[in-house]
Amino acid sequence: MGMRKVAIIGAGMTKFGEHWDRGFRDLVIEAGIKAIEDAKLTGNEISAGYVGTMAPGSLVGQEHAGALIADYMGLNPVPITRVEGACASGSLALRQGMMAVASGMHDIVVVGGVEKMTDLSTADVSEILGGAGDQEWELFNGITFPGLYAMMARRYMHEYGAGPEMLAAAAVKNHRNGAMNPYAQFQKEITLTDVLNSKTVADPLKVLDCSPITDGAAAVVLAPLDKAKDYMKNPVEIVASAQASGTLALHDRPTLSGIPAAQIAAQKAYAQAGMAPQDIDVAEVHDCFTIAELMAIEDLGFFPRGEGGKATLEGKTAIGNGRVVAVNTSGGLKAAGHPVGATGIKQAVEITWQLRGQAGKRQVPDAEIGLSHNVGGSGATAVVHIYRKVGA
Amino acid sequence: MAGIVGYGAYVPKFRIKTETIAKVWGEDPDRIANGLGIKEKAVAAMDEDAATMAVEAARIALARAQISPEDLGAVYVGSESHPYAVKPTATMLAEAIGATPNVTAADLEFACKAGTAGMQICMGLVDSGMVEYGLAAGSDTAQGRPGDALEYSAASGAAAYIIGKDENSLAVIEDTFSYTTDTPDFWRRPKADYPRHGGRFTGLPAYFKHVKGAAEGLLEKMGRSVDDYDYFVFHQPNAKFPKNVAKMLGVPPEKIRDGLLVPVVGNTYSGASPLGLANVLDKAKAGDSIFVTSFGSGAGSDAFSIKVTEAIGRRDRGRPLSGFLEDKEYLEYAEYAKFRGKFRM
Amino acid sequence: MKESVSLTWRRIPERYRILGTVCKNCDAYFFPLRQVCPKCRRKGRIEPHKFSGRGTVYSFTEIHSGPAGFESQVPYVMAIVELEEGPRCTGQVVDAKLEDVKIGDPVEAVFRQIQVDGDEGLIHYGFKFRKVKQ
Repeated sequence: MGMRKVAIIGAGMTKFGEHWDRGFRDLVIEAGIKAIEDAKLTGNEISAGYVGTMAPGSLVGQEHAGALIADYMGLNPVPITRVEGACASGSLALRQGMMAVASGMHDIVVVGGVEKMTDLSTADVSEILGGAGDQEWELFNGITFPGLYAMMARRYMHEYGAGPEMLAAAAVKNHRNGAMNPYAQFQKEITLTDVLNSKTVADPLKVLDCSPITDGAAAVVLAPLDKAKDYMKNPVEIVASAQASGTLALHDRPTLSGIPAAQIAAQKAYAQAGMAPQDIDVAEVHDCFTIAELMAIEDLGFFPRGEGGKATLEGKTAIGNGRVVAVNTSGGLKAAGHPVGATGIKQAVEITWQLRGQAGKRQVPDAEIGLSHNVGGSGATAVVHIYRKVGA
Repeated sequence: MAGIVGYGAYVPKFRIKTETIAKVWGEDPDRIANGLGIKEKAVAAMDEDAATMAVEAARIALARAQISPEDLGAVYVGSESHPYAVKPTATMLAEAIGATPNVTAADLEFACKAGTAGMQICMGLVDSGMVEYGLAAGSDTAQGRPGDALEYSAASGAAAYIIGKDENSLAVIEDTFSYTTDTPDFWRRPKADYPRHGGRFTGLPAYFKHVKGAAEGLLEKMGRSVDDYDYFVFHQPNAKFPKNVAKMLGVPPEKIRDGLLVPVVGNTYSGASPLGLANVLDKAKAGDSIFVTSFGSGAGSDAFSIKVTEAIGRRDRGRPLSGFLEDKEYLEYAEYAKFRGKFRM
Repeated sequence: MKESVSLTWRRIPERYRILGTVCKNCDAYFFPLRQVCPKCRRKGRIEPHKFSGRGTVYSFTEIHSGPAGFESQVPYVMAIVELEEGPRCTGQVVDAKLEDVKIGDPVEAVFRQIQVDGDEGLIHYGFKFRKVKQ
């Protein structure tokens, strides 16, 4: 293709949670500095930046996020561009950063993701998040995101006979992983019963089937692979970056029990990397709701359609020995939290730590190939990246 | 002569029983139910209003009329609970049924007789040749002050009439006569949430005087007597008043039965006489004669002499009122108060 | 979000009368309306089409935590309805509780208030669905 190979040479993130004392710029600066220090850069090397953030204008009244970050990180006149694709904003920013380096236009690029969500009421945030769907024909009529995924869950359960305990199993696993992740919003384990007995949000989804409202930021630093070793001895190569679009509204989708855009992005990513699902050791997938994880591991080809629930219940996506692939070692969106624009970058950070052997108690043994799967809205945007431990 | 080319009626699904309300206010449920002759009343859902109910009724009327909505030259909505004080319900209705933009429209208010006033206006427009068809709807989500006697009767419902030339009519309107005075029996000022009324003053000087005035006036004008009619529909704020006025006019009780919906639906205000007439039209046969007298506080009555034609079979093209009357769900008082916005949120 | 005056006004015919479009080139029906046929793109011939409003429930949920403006209606049933002409749309199911609704239930469109902007703002009307009595 004539494009350069790209590697991650630094990664960092804030703790995810309710940060009453930290605003939008505080969070993104903290993550940015951590990533730059991890890469052992001074900052003068940075040639460009990209930031994924879904709705700072509505959530905190702040647009022009790229300019804000360049200014407050002390990076003027470095060009920093905001990228938006709803909940996939982070991965879209990663993709833009990767293309900037791969094309040769920039050498060292910092990519961040951030969202500050707790400055408004839950009802207001719910309405703003609804903008990830079709404003005129979904949100206006009274649907919420839990409602959209609840309708997907109902179809999935109707078509494949899956039960609510299969969905709950994803939440239980992710909380177990989150309890081993000091950056996760929730570090407490939960049981299947806890999930099934929690309050209904949108039938059949309960509170514990749903990712929370979270503040947080994450950042990575990218460099051309052939220069990466100058900066660190264990860079992680991004071997595939793929994106696909689907219908904006869920009602225009040909099916509700899977996300076609995610399937297409996954196929393109595997083709780019010359790999197959069974090559993936660890995957961060977009579990905005438990049903989303079940469909994701099928869309990604880890399990046949309709069997993701059973596989999750049987522990095939846990970190332990019975695994086929370790899914959401960070705790996923459910337990680590989901500051919308930050999630895609947090996924890249977690994979980076896993492939470098820096994931502490939640380390997947011998992890060499990782994957991140980030979805916007109910499936209108899907982005898949595949990562390789250099030397693997 | 103008006639009814199509008609439709709608009552919301929810009901509250007189006894449910009585218990909240410490009243004797049997005494109230028997005194008013009302067992239960219809309650609009939170997302229903005079516009939405008028649309339901009008769509049924169009199905029965078998005309294109674009042939409607006029649309009027009579209500005392228009969703807006300024912005006519008639425009929302006209848009929803597809009568826009070549149509004249306006809202009417005359307490419980605004629906029949609209019918008279359409009759004039049709007879004069100004429009080919006109639609008049009476639609209300009437509110009763909590704890007041009117809380037992103030109800929600709508009926719509498409008026056109008599050759297309299911029922011809042979003539109409009105009796109107300035009588302060019941009123509401703009900033008040609930109306006020004159208690017993609402009887003889108001309801009875005007209903009798219009009914006797029409009979005299046409040279007819009550014996010439098979059905009578009177405005029904409760079951007692129409029964008493029937007695006063010499109308046998069985002739008012099919037009008397207040025992199971309550007083639907601008919808009351139009709904009563719709229930009669659902059952009447060709050649039957129907006498309708509405009443609106303030005060006035409109009387109509109606004759059912051979074309009445066309009513099968629309859902009968009985379908809505039978499909019901009861509310407890708190749900009812929430639905009707009686809580300050 | 509170829709602005002009934003809500533009969509009135479609929301009040279930007006969508059809591509006369490939006979695909669109509700909500589309001005570009995804299959034919610039070769498409888009014309208005009035839908009957009848359809069946494709999937549904009951919302317990509503967005701003819907808090007092909670819980309410939302569904994706497959219209008899083919396309699907999202709308509330009225006069029904969760246990009353099943996938495949026939429904018809009704005209209802969708959102009300407080005591002084606009009332936004549109379509919702009601189960058809068998």
